[in-house]
Amino acid sequence: MEAGSRAERPAGGQSFGGLPAWALGLIPLVLIAVAIGSFAALGGPGLGDRNGPPVEELSVESTVLRPGKIELTLRNDGPDPVEVAQVAINDGFAPFTTAGGREIGRLGSTTLDITYPWIEGEAYDIFILTAVGGTIEAAIPVAAETPEADLDFYLLMLLLGIYVGVIPVSLGMLWLPFLRRLGSQWMAGLLAFTVGLLAFLAIDAGLEGLEIAAEAPAAFGGASLVFAGALVAYLVLAGIDAWLERRAERSGAYLALLVAIGIGLHNLGEGLAIGTSYATGALALGAFLVVGFAIHNTTEGLAIVAPLRGSGRERETLGLWRLLGLGLIAGAPAILGAWIGASAFNPSLAAALFGVGVGAIARVIVQIAPAMRDEHGRLLYPSTVVGMLTGIAVLYLTGLLVAV
Amino acid sequence: MASGATKGSAGAATEVAPAKPGISRRRLLGGAAAVGVPAAIGLGQLVNGSTGAALAESGEAATESPLKGHEHGGFIHAGFAPDRVVDHDRNGFNPTEILRDFDYGKTRRLPSGRVLREWEIFAADREIEVAPGVSYEAWTYNGRVPGPTLRAREGELLRIKFVNGSEHPHTMHFHGVHTALMDGMPGIGEDRGGGQIEPGESFTYEFDASPFGVHLYHCHVAPLAAHIARGLYGAFIIDPREGRPEADELVMVMNGFDTNFDGENEVYAVNTVGFHYINEPIMVPREELVRIYLVNVLEYDPVNSFHVHGNFFHHFPTGTSLQPTEFTDTIIQGQAQRAILELKFPFDGDYMFHAHVTEFAELGWTGFFRVGDPSRLAAADAAALYCDLPWGSKT
Repeated sequence: MEAGSRAERPAGGQSFGGLPAWALGLIPLVLIAVAIGSFAALGGPGLGDRNGPPVEELSVESTVLRPGKIELTLRNDGPDPVEVAQVAINDGFAPFTTAGGREIGRLGSTTLDITYPWIEGEAYDIFILTAVGGTIEAAIPVAAETPEADLDFYLLMLLLGIYVGVIPVSLGMLWLPFLRRLGSQWMAGLLAFTVGLLAFLAIDAGLEGLEIAAEAPAAFGGASLVFAGALVAYLVLAGIDAWLERRAERSGAYLALLVAIGIGLHNLGEGLAIGTSYATGALALGAFLVVGFAIHNTTEGLAIVAPLRGSGRERETLGLWRLLGLGLIAGAPAILGAWIGASAFNPSLAAALFGVGVGAIARVIVQIAPAMRDEHGRLLYPSTVVGMLTGIAVLYLTGLLVAV
Repeated sequence: MASGATKGSAGAATEVAPAKPGISRRRLLGGAAAVGVPAAIGLGQLVNGSTGAALAESGEAATESPLKGHEHGGFIHAGFAPDRVVDHDRNGFNPTEILRDFDYGKTRRLPSGRVLREWEIFAADREIEVAPGVSYEAWTYNGRVPGPTLRAREGELLRIKFVNGSEHPHTMHFHGVHTALMDGMPGIGEDRGGGQIEPGESFTYEFDASPFGVHLYHCHVAPLAAHIARGLYGAFIIDPREGRPEADELVMVMNGFDTNFDGENEVYAVNTVGFHYINEPIMVPREELVRIYLVNVLEYDPVNSFHVHGNFFHHFPTGTSLQPTEFTDTIIQGQAQRAILELKFPFDGDYMFHAHVTEFAELGWTGFFRVGDPSRLAAADAAALYCDLPWGSKT
């Protein structure tokens, strides 16, 4: 019977007139297009007229302050076009010109160049009055001049990225000789320390991403971008991992590389936040803050070298250049992030990048975890629990230094 | 300069402005504007009306906003984007004309010798532009905001036929002395055709012109604040029997617009259009008496105020006494408070006037007086500023 039913299938397929597979795949698409086309052509039969006033939504993508000027870049993330009619700042109409026109189509954007004698340190509420009388609010919590994006500025961001990213991570890696002197019984605890630290970073990055997503246009996904970014990063890293696994053993160096990549993606987000804050004047670049970030990120270096400690006999030796490479992979993205954040900040992109950081770290944790198992196959036992708690505590405490 | 006026006038062709029944406008100085304004609109320039045109003819650059010269010099004070102005044609009214537009209605003598003065007022829903590019779904009397300035003389019999052409029920509630039936109050006199006037219905209010002073009328249908804020109000002037001294008379209704309906005003103004009298300063003759009928109808804010620069004025609260109570440069008015202000400008030049609730000032309630040589106003029939009796078209 089974053989018979199988034999009938090709016959059933022939009832479609022997169309090739691609045609069968195309037919539903064509029908969908025809249905949508006729629905639109008939003006949405049965739906009647639009009810009520237009829904107007704008989100502020960037705010640039120059002497006597405020530049707002607006994005329309609502369903209807929005026409900007007037702008009032702190209860006073202010003259403005537009670069992209007053009418902003769906997902379109424009820049308002507003003439206003703002004063450093003051707060400003901006009301955008639309053609139909609606208002959209934006706020400048603390006014400060936006730095010019010239060469000096990029060099400053480079220096900043090196200070908070490359140097501390590399310094943290100097613990490697110390770790190697420790007995092999410390190995699982050290890996757990890394895992705890990474988990805390992931939570931190996730929350920060969600915070930024709240300001991003909902039409581009908003908070879901953080989750999408995380999922994409996790899957891509898993794919790369599966591809690499065939060639390389799951060595300590390999784990260290993964940790470095995860931390690097996290530092990309961190650099982005620093660059953005600096560009908008929200970040006072005190030496204290830089020192805080440096200490904070030193622990990340420790996390990278922990897998390299090896388990006694099979301890691996990595050349100085390769170690430096790991440090760059983990630290240098902070520079890139600072550049992006300071010059082309876009809340949607930032939210997605923070999500990528979260996904990457999650993937790294999953990969480190097997190496933590004891002889009974357990993940959680006293030394790993203490290790993770220590990692979380260290990051939390050093994090207090960088409360922005 | 891109012109909002030219752009918007295309839309005006499709909008049929309802005729104003029973209105005989005595434009006074505004008559000059009828010549000057259309040409200005056609060129897409800032519209300048009234005596401004008269002064322009005599060689003075009257069309210039006082701030124009400083436009590139930085921020003088709050103002609108310079590239567009309100389309007065499409609005169907111009605040410059409203200043001196007194509606005397139609008069006839009753057998008793008493003057009967009659108006016909209709309510209509209409979209108006309250700031350049900002439209507002207004409810209007006779298609304009504020409604027509109804003017009578003490002791006359007044008859106001109100036709409700709006989609919503309305009334006309006059401040004055009258019977309950004539009060424009929903629920009172419904059985006699009064009270709330439903869409398509009409009612004739009748009462004596008393007491003399500057008053107001407005809709009294609930929700009251919303009905008033939408634009259903106007000035109501009763002159004393013996009249007042000759003067250049101006009506200023202080109002505001809650364009997003959140219970707070987004735009403040005198006679509806924010910053209008910055673009078109009010032309007044030097050393001659200027009389301002000031009415505060502002909703959602408890007080409003009026302040003039470089000058002081005599304050006649509610205009019910011929003796001023104060010589000052700033007064405060609560809602529905009103006053007559009398002043003379001793010097030529531009003098700002604005609400000294400065928040309102920067949200539209600011303007300029432009003081000039009175001889230049002669062409505009300055002598006709004073109103003789009986006014209005005789029937």
